[in-house]
Amino acid sequence: MSTLTKSESGTAPKAGSAFLSVHDLQVRFRTEDGIVKAVNNLTFDLEKGKTLGIVGESGSGKSVSNLAVMGLHNPRNTTIEGSITLDGQDLLRASQKDLEKLRGNKMAMIFQDALAALSPYYTIGRQIAEPFMKHTGASKKEGRDRAIEMLRRVGIPQPQTRVDDFPHQFSGGMRQRAMIAMALVCDPELLIADEPTTALDVTVQAQIVDLLKDLQQESGTSIIFITHDLGVIREIADDVLVMYAGRAVERGTMREVLKSSQHPYGWGLLSSIPRINASVDIPLMPIPGTPPSLLNPPAGCAFNPRCAYRELVPGDKCETERPPLAPANGHLSACHLTDEQKQSILTEQILPRLSS
Amino acid sequence: MLRFLIRRALGAIVIILLLICLTYFAFFSLAVDPAQLACPPKSCTPELLAQIRSNMHLNLPIYQQFWNYLSGLFVGQDLGQLGHCAAPCFGYSYNSQRFVWDEISANYPATFVLAIGGAVVFLAIGVGLGMLSAWKQGTMLDRVASSISLIGQSTQIYFVGPLAMALFVYNLQWLGIPKYVPFTQDPVGCFTGMLLPWLVMSIIFWANYTRQVRSLMLEQLSEDHIRAARAKGMSNRYVWWRYALRGAMAPIITIFGIDLGSVFSGAIITEYTFSIQGLGFLAVKSVNNADLYLELGVLIFSSVAILLFNIVVDAAYALLDPRVRLA
Repeated sequence: MSTLTKSESGTAPKAGSAFLSVHDLQVRFRTEDGIVKAVNNLTFDLEKGKTLGIVGESGSGKSVSNLAVMGLHNPRNTTIEGSITLDGQDLLRASQKDLEKLRGNKMAMIFQDALAALSPYYTIGRQIAEPFMKHTGASKKEGRDRAIEMLRRVGIPQPQTRVDDFPHQFSGGMRQRAMIAMALVCDPELLIADEPTTALDVTVQAQIVDLLKDLQQESGTSIIFITHDLGVIREIADDVLVMYAGRAVERGTMREVLKSSQHPYGWGLLSSIPRINASVDIPLMPIPGTPPSLLNPPAGCAFNPRCAYRELVPGDKCETERPPLAPANGHLSACHLTDEQKQSILTEQILPRLSS
Repeated sequence: MLRFLIRRALGAIVIILLLICLTYFAFFSLAVDPAQLACPPKSCTPELLAQIRSNMHLNLPIYQQFWNYLSGLFVGQDLGQLGHCAAPCFGYSYNSQRFVWDEISANYPATFVLAIGGAVVFLAIGVGLGMLSAWKQGTMLDRVASSISLIGQSTQIYFVGPLAMALFVYNLQWLGIPKYVPFTQDPVGCFTGMLLPWLVMSIIFWANYTRQVRSLMLEQLSEDHIRAARAKGMSNRYVWWRYALRGAMAPIITIFGIDLGSVFSGAIITEYTFSIQGLGFLAVKSVNNADLYLELGVLIFSSVAILLFNIVVDAAYALLDPRVRLA
């Protein structure tokens, strides 16, 4: 099991004990309109061979926090605080050179839009071979052979000829596979998949998720899977982190978060999934309002302007005091509702709606 | 790729034929009597006029004249007492008493060297300043580089040229008086003689490239594939040169092709400023003397040059961008 369950006491696990340990991460962007607090006090751990799903709306800080892990933010307008430790190495204090050696080698990333993330000017094979040649010192010939092997592994038919194709000659699903091949070419120990299935149709989505699961089983890679699709999370994640306005609002195992969510935002997410077996007269329940601006986030709980259960909390606590990420009925949740209130809302209002 | 080139070449031939047709009729059916123009005003006698007419076949109906001209371009033409005009025959220039083609071939090497050298200089300086701007975006250096290129664009060759001559040739005496020496004769002299014209001519082109390269590079650097390349562990320098510059190159090549065509078809002002006997010089002379055949010849020659450069650019574009290759 992952350390998330071990740290149920609410205290953050000791840095360095897990394969990837993110502790109290803060990411700030300086923009012309002011400082954007993109990620605040984010803490999570990931063990070897496990998958962490990160869920949240657009702009909730999912991608930003993981780009920080990869060290891909522009240092000119970004400040990053806290600590990120990969296999005992402090990534925030590592030099650009050291990070270059890690990127694409020990840690790799898959991007959402494969067409945009692949350069249109170079062949698929060259783009896959590039990191392999850089990190292992392989020759052009070895790089090409490796690229063919990787394309075969991710299920591209006729890899010997497709290796010389350009990205625009691949279909959407194949491009995503090629991206995965590119990320996995050096057998990374950490793979960050940033919404890899969002732009794909459902069949291809399922294939990509299966592929990632297979590859994980083969090589024991740890995966961070960023998505806003809870269905995909159910397929792949061991642990789930729910983010809202740059903060973790819920954290637990996949089962805990999906079956017994302890946060109004989590309930909102669950209620807005279309279900194939739901009766037709029950409407989907979207979360009202829009995600908050991170330039000027709401005081107190960032979710309070959109929360349907605010009245249940005595006084104006929701507007003035930020709820800490604390254990509630089995896993971590950041909400002022009492454990009893959460449990009763979950069992009396949310679960019946989901199963009807 | 070959089919692409053949298609483009065939298209260009059609355009050239149309162009010859259009200019020919514009010149010879709308203009005044060509024989009258060719006849020296002071000593023009009816006999001479008649002789010119028969030499240049001006007695024939216009369509036949056109056919003679057109076929002359490919197989040459007999021009009576003027002798045989070998292909490509652009007719006879009464003013200079030579065949037009001899005039053009005597003048185009200077234009060619001026154009190629100038293009290399403005490409290097313009792109260099643009890259510098993009690299040091928002800093003093960025502003300085942009200002330099802007000043360049707002100046005039006939102002900067004499100024540069005064400074570098007469005052500091770093360079000799600019002149064209054939490259095959004296490579070093060709270089030093043309250096000042190249630099001065390039000034007005800088700004365009600087601004384009700067914005294209910044646009490229914000692309997803740049971040993806960095996520693969590629160094900043590698990403900068291999990915960002590569993406910025295609649009630059397009502008470059257009500019190359325009400098090659005769940089009239530069040639006049530095007294270089090139095509532009010839064009002005032909207009001043109402030398129709010479005018027509220069016009056709420079149009063909522009078309050729366009084909080269298209081919380069296809080589640079694999997405164009199949289209």
